[in-house]
Amino acid sequence: MDIEQIWFALVAFFFIGYFVLDGFDFGVGMALPLLGRDDTDRRVMINTIGPVWDLNETWVIVAGAVLFAAFPEWYASLFSGFYLPLLLILLALILRGVSFEYRHQRKHPEWAARFDLMIIIGSFLPAFLWGVAFANIVRGVPMDADHQVSISLFGLLNPYGLLGGATMVLLCLVHGMIFIALKTEGEIRVRARSMVLRFMVPTIAVAATFLLWTVAMHVEVAHLGWIIALAGLAASSLVAAGLFSLGGREGFAFFAMALSIASAVATLFVSLFPNVMPSTTTPEGTLTIINASSSEYTLGVMLWVALITTPLVIGYQAWTYWVFRRRLGRDHILAATH
Amino acid sequence: MLLRWECMEEFFDPLALARWQFGLTTLYHFIFVPLTIGMALMAAIMQTAWFRTKDLKYLRLTRLFGKIFLINFAMGVVTGIVQEFQFGMNWSEYSRFVGDVFGAPLAIEGLAAFFLEATFIGLWIFGWDKLPRLAHLLCIWMVFFASAMSAYFILAANAFMQNPVGYTMNAERGRAELTSLWEVLSNPVVLAAFPHTILAAIMFAATVMIAVAAWHLRRNQHLETMRTALKAGLWTNVLAFMGVGLSGDQLSLAMVDAQPMKMAAAEGLYETTSAASFSIFTLGTPDGASELFSIRIPHLLSLLSTHTLDGEVEGINNLQAQYVTQFGPGDYSPIIWITYWAFRWMIGLGAFSALISLLMLWLTRKNAPQRSALVQDRLWRVLIWTAPLPMAASLVGWIFTEMGRQPWIVFGLMKTEAAVSPNVAGWQVAVSLAAFTAIYGILAVVEFKLIVKAAQEGPPEITQGDGEDAEPDSLAIVY
Repeated sequence: MDIEQIWFALVAFFFIGYFVLDGFDFGVGMALPLLGRDDTDRRVMINTIGPVWDLNETWVIVAGAVLFAAFPEWYASLFSGFYLPLLLILLALILRGVSFEYRHQRKHPEWAARFDLMIIIGSFLPAFLWGVAFANIVRGVPMDADHQVSISLFGLLNPYGLLGGATMVLLCLVHGMIFIALKTEGEIRVRARSMVLRFMVPTIAVAATFLLWTVAMHVEVAHLGWIIALAGLAASSLVAAGLFSLGGREGFAFFAMALSIASAVATLFVSLFPNVMPSTTTPEGTLTIINASSSEYTLGVMLWVALITTPLVIGYQAWTYWVFRRRLGRDHILAATH
Repeated sequence: MLLRWECMEEFFDPLALARWQFGLTTLYHFIFVPLTIGMALMAAIMQTAWFRTKDLKYLRLTRLFGKIFLINFAMGVVTGIVQEFQFGMNWSEYSRFVGDVFGAPLAIEGLAAFFLEATFIGLWIFGWDKLPRLAHLLCIWMVFFASAMSAYFILAANAFMQNPVGYTMNAERGRAELTSLWEVLSNPVVLAAFPHTILAAIMFAATVMIAVAAWHLRRNQHLETMRTALKAGLWTNVLAFMGVGLSGDQLSLAMVDAQPMKMAAAEGLYETTSAASFSIFTLGTPDGASELFSIRIPHLLSLLSTHTLDGEVEGINNLQAQYVTQFGPGDYSPIIWITYWAFRWMIGLGAFSALISLLMLWLTRKNAPQRSALVQDRLWRVLIWTAPLPMAASLVGWIFTEMGRQPWIVFGLMKTEAAVSPNVAGWQVAVSLAAFTAIYGILAVVEFKLIVKAAQEGPPEITQGDGEDAEPDSLAIVY
């Protein structure tokens, strides 16, 4: 395996980590109006992700930095080419992040409601736009021989892109509600479970369409088998998450859902390979893992850094989830208020 | 119609707008960064004191400054993402050119430091009753350690822009490529810039702590805890400033070595001079070309630049001529009035802050003579209103560092004008600049009000036993 291939896999790994982890944060945010009957409910929901949303969001910073270091051309073309959607993602993440901190600072219902709205928008927009962006990377964008992308925001909102966005939103929403069912107790847990089941069928339908479309776009690719296998894994683990939820096995449902998101994102990365950003206009504009990558030295030394740090990162983050493993309920919120 | 379009094009100059955006968002980000680093240290010291002495006043202070830290840190995180994305979004040609070198410290920062910081912040804030006391104490130390390490890698990346080392030019791919990560990480500029920046950050946290203490002492409340906070803050500020000065001196030497033009522009020294003097204040024509009046300290510029009284300091005109032969025709000097004044304000604001703290240490010494209530009141107000001085000094320090490097984005390798994204239209940058300015502006107001409110509420009442057998989970509900 060439070092460029290893780094392609590592970039995929960090983006998968981001979507699996911040995915349920987005879902919890989007579910606020669906599951929260009153302020206490909403506080229960927000506090389930309280200790972890920040470290989950850090995954996108690391994914971006790893992309920058390993594939500077890809990073440069992607980030400048998708300027406006990334701007919207940034603004949404800013509003969501500060809203978590600000909403409880005053005991005024209107104050909290305003920040709830920002959490909802700030969770929906990034999920949707990341879905749109990744679908468009797979689909290819107009790019000249110097790898300069020229596509408008509306150009990105093509049917496949929109379907990618819808898939990501629904996957995150279900993921978030399964997480709430796993992390809460009492009525809200019951509500979350039934809401998961209600959303399961449309989610399976939308995600399956998107995955089939992705497979159909790549029928001539040599490693089609891998794409089909991963898409199949994504779809079947999604169904499994639904069945586990039905059976009240929340832990299993959560891991099945995480696997579904991970394999859906992996499907996209494997579809791309060995390109990283295909050009729809100029064939020589297409960025591949070779012409987009850093030098052998950089990839080599950074591989050591990644190999040393990543297991530690996974270790102490897993420990964090262990420390905060207990379920939260309304009683905890009410006890903390007095 | 055509003419109007051209006017619009000029108005929406992508380069100028992208520079304004980077400058504004970076300075804004850097309000929260030092407070995060410095407050983490303050909270860690307070919590350690509580751990060792079991004196509840330290726990109260930890809680109070922990709350301020929490309000602040979310802003640091979310504005930090903007910083990283901006390199690709607005400076794609820069990213292509130096990504091989510059990306490495950024990625190491994320992998080794930022993950650590984000994880342990969560554990510290939410883990009060979930972790053993010692483990919980180690969490806040971990946060400080990780945030300092994070600063190191970012400063190493910046140091490459000031003083490129550890790279080779790949002509075929038209980019700089890393040859030694070690050289990049041990750049003389980062070795001096790191202590300089960290200690300045600690000064800012110290003055915030002093201001909070002064606000309560002025109202005669929480006397015991706040006297402790005041003393700790004053001492920290004075000691940190001494470190800032020493490391700043080292940074000057590294700068003279790597970027003599920046030092010449810091003084507005046009001709190469031996035994050069340093002007504290100059009145001159607006272009800085001739001076009407100045207060000068003889030999000081030579001393700063070479550590000898009569050392030779290269002047702007000589360097300009030298760079023209080296790099071809062009203007190689930064905007002199900006570098000149930014350098002075940086030193002046920082020194003034330390001076006030030193003075207060003397005035609050044991068996100091009784002062009238009015004078005492004035003193407290001075301490409250001078809290932002170290922050302001840090910000103008960054303006000096970055503006002093112009017209280069990477000194000697790439000019700023060549670094901007060619495919991002001026109007798009105008939209993002307007959006960031508006949101950052609103958030600054909300943020400031919340911090002031938290500070004025003062330390929480904690009775013996809290934190040990407090109601389960009640402390873990933060949001």
